[in-house]
Amino acid sequence: MSIQNVEKDHSRFREIVKGAVRKNLKRYVSQGEILGKEGGKTVKIPIPEIEIPRFKFKGDGESGVGQGEGEEGDTLGQGPPQPGSGEAGDQPGEHELEAEVTLDELAQILGDELELPKIQPKGTASLKVEKHRLSGVSKVGPESLRHFRRSFREALKRQIASGLYNPNDPNIIITRDDKRYRSFKPQMSQESNAVIIYMMDVSGSMGDEQKEIVRIESFWIDAWLRHNYKGIQSRYIIHDAKAREVDRDTFFRTRESGGTMISTAYSLCADIIDTEYPVEDWNIYPFHFSDGDNWSTDDTKRCMQILNDVLLPKSNMFCYGQVKSPYGSGQFIKDLVASFPDEEGMILSEIEDKDGIVESIRTFFKKGK
Amino acid sequence: MSLPLYLWKIREDIRKHAVDYGLDFFEVVYELVSNEKVNEIAAYGGFPVRYPHWRFGMEYERLAKSHMYGLHKIYEMVINNDPCYAYLVDGSAVVDYKLIMAHVYAHSDFFKNNMWFDHTNRKMMDEMANHATRVRRYIDRYGINRVERFVDACLSIDNLIDYHFPERASRKSQDAEETGDHRFSVKTPDYLESFMYPEDYVADQKRRKKKETQRQKRVPSHPEKDVMYFLVEHAPLESWERDVLSMLREESLYFAPQGQTKIMNEGWAAYWHSKILTQKALDSSEIIDFADHHSQTVATYGRNLNPYKLGVELFRDIEDRWNKGRIGKEYEECNDAKHKKMWDRGLGLGREKIFEIRRIYNDVAFLDEFLTPEFCIENKLFTWLYKQQFNRVVIDSRDFEQVKGQILKQITNFGNPRISVFDSNFQNRGELLLTHTFEGEDLDQKYANDVLRNIATIWRRPAHIHTVFGNESQLWTHNGKEFSTKAYVLSEPEAESDEDDNS
Repeated sequence: MSIQNVEKDHSRFREIVKGAVRKNLKRYVSQGEILGKEGGKTVKIPIPEIEIPRFKFKGDGESGVGQGEGEEGDTLGQGPPQPGSGEAGDQPGEHELEAEVTLDELAQILGDELELPKIQPKGTASLKVEKHRLSGVSKVGPESLRHFRRSFREALKRQIASGLYNPNDPNIIITRDDKRYRSFKPQMSQESNAVIIYMMDVSGSMGDEQKEIVRIESFWIDAWLRHNYKGIQSRYIIHDAKAREVDRDTFFRTRESGGTMISTAYSLCADIIDTEYPVEDWNIYPFHFSDGDNWSTDDTKRCMQILNDVLLPKSNMFCYGQVKSPYGSGQFIKDLVASFPDEEGMILSEIEDKDGIVESIRTFFKKGK
Repeated sequence: MSLPLYLWKIREDIRKHAVDYGLDFFEVVYELVSNEKVNEIAAYGGFPVRYPHWRFGMEYERLAKSHMYGLHKIYEMVINNDPCYAYLVDGSAVVDYKLIMAHVYAHSDFFKNNMWFDHTNRKMMDEMANHATRVRRYIDRYGINRVERFVDACLSIDNLIDYHFPERASRKSQDAEETGDHRFSVKTPDYLESFMYPEDYVADQKRRKKKETQRQKRVPSHPEKDVMYFLVEHAPLESWERDVLSMLREESLYFAPQGQTKIMNEGWAAYWHSKILTQKALDSSEIIDFADHHSQTVATYGRNLNPYKLGVELFRDIEDRWNKGRIGKEYEECNDAKHKKMWDRGLGLGREKIFEIRRIYNDVAFLDEFLTPEFCIENKLFTWLYKQQFNRVVIDSRDFEQVKGQILKQITNFGNPRISVFDSNFQNRGELLLTHTFEGEDLDQKYANDVLRNIATIWRRPAHIHTVFGNESQLWTHNGKEFSTKAYVLSEPEAESDEDDNS
């Protein structure tokens, strides 16, 4: 008995999942609902419209019959009942299915949807790796690597061309000249390292909403850069009037207050780059998020100095995202524009609210650097 | 892969015991498949060839994942077909093979003898493969997207069939009925005209006919439970669409009895595998392994009712009751608990009774008739509720009536709302009106929205459903673009259903 393969239907299903993700991408990006559902290399994404809908009751799955010990009123478990074996019932009111996609697929979808160009790593810094693959075809080779289909095709071509082929009595004879073999082809592939340095203003004027925006945006930045570079590192710097390096968790949780001295973060960033990431070997991506309220014009001047001397020349691009806040003046972005009017390597973006995240990501990566 | 010799011998052995016990089954063809492959086959419902559809891929992913995480393992799969096909997982222990083979023979016996399976196609393997070929051909001709969209729409109504009335008169015989009156088209010689058709008679006939056609004649004349059938017959479909819809209806009807008899079927199989193994086929060294695996099959999981467990316990209870004569007026009216416990009339009708039950019952009737208060207590059945304000599931009640009511509610009509086609020319605009027979529970509006959209796709005109929502009689509508609801009272059905009740 021959049994059909599930592969085709499975890949069709994956296509549909990806299509649904693509269709709802803007929602995912701006709502940030898939964050916190990362597990290793995959992300769980709630996907509407993929289940086949059928008429059902509103309260399905909210009651049932069970078997076992326990008094009336005893708790059987926390949370809404999960759809179990044979028992009907999704989560009450939820009309969504969670599908797993890999971070890479997600980044690919993001790239397709936002029409982001593939990032060109800096020429000098990329490592060339030579790989051998059985991807070529040659006329000579060992019999064990004979490519039967190609050989057959050659023989068929030759016979048709020479008029020896009789469709009523197809009789293909493969001669020595027809034989084709799989052969090795050296492949040059580029592997390059990259580091993302996130900097965030955690001064009093950056509220929870602003931080949430930064968190969501950095997730997508991470995903896109990881898709483009094999080895990637992330560093996190927070600053108010002082800067310090923290881990990822702290980065998104810290609530500090006080003033804002952006230059402290920039100089720390410059230090990290100088000591740990030689510019020849690394693609460097500093991202800075702030509400644009700096302490003093002196400090702003110092910032421009560091940018000019270290950050801009050494990084692939320097990205500054200004999150709108009810308290901030939003002056800093204007200062940046004034100081570097034609700077190619600096990308600025103003983020009004969560809906602005998509546009901001597009702004950052549309140059493909 | 066919069976190696040692399994062949086991098969012969088990088969002999099954026959000795009086099981009457379709021959079973066993296939040995690998652990990975079994998930693929299960995704296709056990059939080696099905029409291409993404949902099988989705099911496969779900099975493969939960298998990978060790959440479940498929031991056995069997197809209702003549001969039955059953899959064994390569690399299982000998005792497992014995257990599964015995289990499968009992399933096969159930498929062959239970009357709810009588209408099913016993050459469904071939039929499924034919469906696959046809759908593939349509895909080649009309493109995957178009066919897939239509299949999706059809699947969302594949539970709207009439489980109790699977066979229908075909479209042709109905057409013949409707073309009755040819009198006016008969040509008569001119000189006879005035004799054969006097003027006033002709005028009278014409008037009557006009009146007849003018009278609002609703199609269907009675609410039609088999919505799929109605659409196959009446929706303005292209021929390939009609074919796809009727294929899916056929598949749905084929699978329906397995849902209708899940508890009985699994109970029956568990009853016989344990009987055959413990009394005949087990080697003494295998007892422990058997007990271990059998107990996994019939394990209880708190809030999920295990159909194997419930079914097997009920069959044993019935056998015991009919053996001891714990039935009838005398037993029911006995108030002496001690006497009742010792009750044994030595009737010995148990085996005969369970064979009779496997012939004529389905789950609803089975539980309605044989679930007793004693059984409920013995088996610790309870009802549970999800309390949203505490976000937890709690045991609600151990009361017999409540437990029975809840089980019956869950399995009657598969726990689905009862929906039928009421009018195909609603508001005289060719729109389709469905009705939901309200039994105290509201429909889920989001799902209804999507289903109505799909029905509107098939019907090519707006689709409505009449239901009760939040104690108000409402009409939900999808016109192909958007969903809307309004208060609406359906006046006619009351009058008609009253009539039906009285007659």
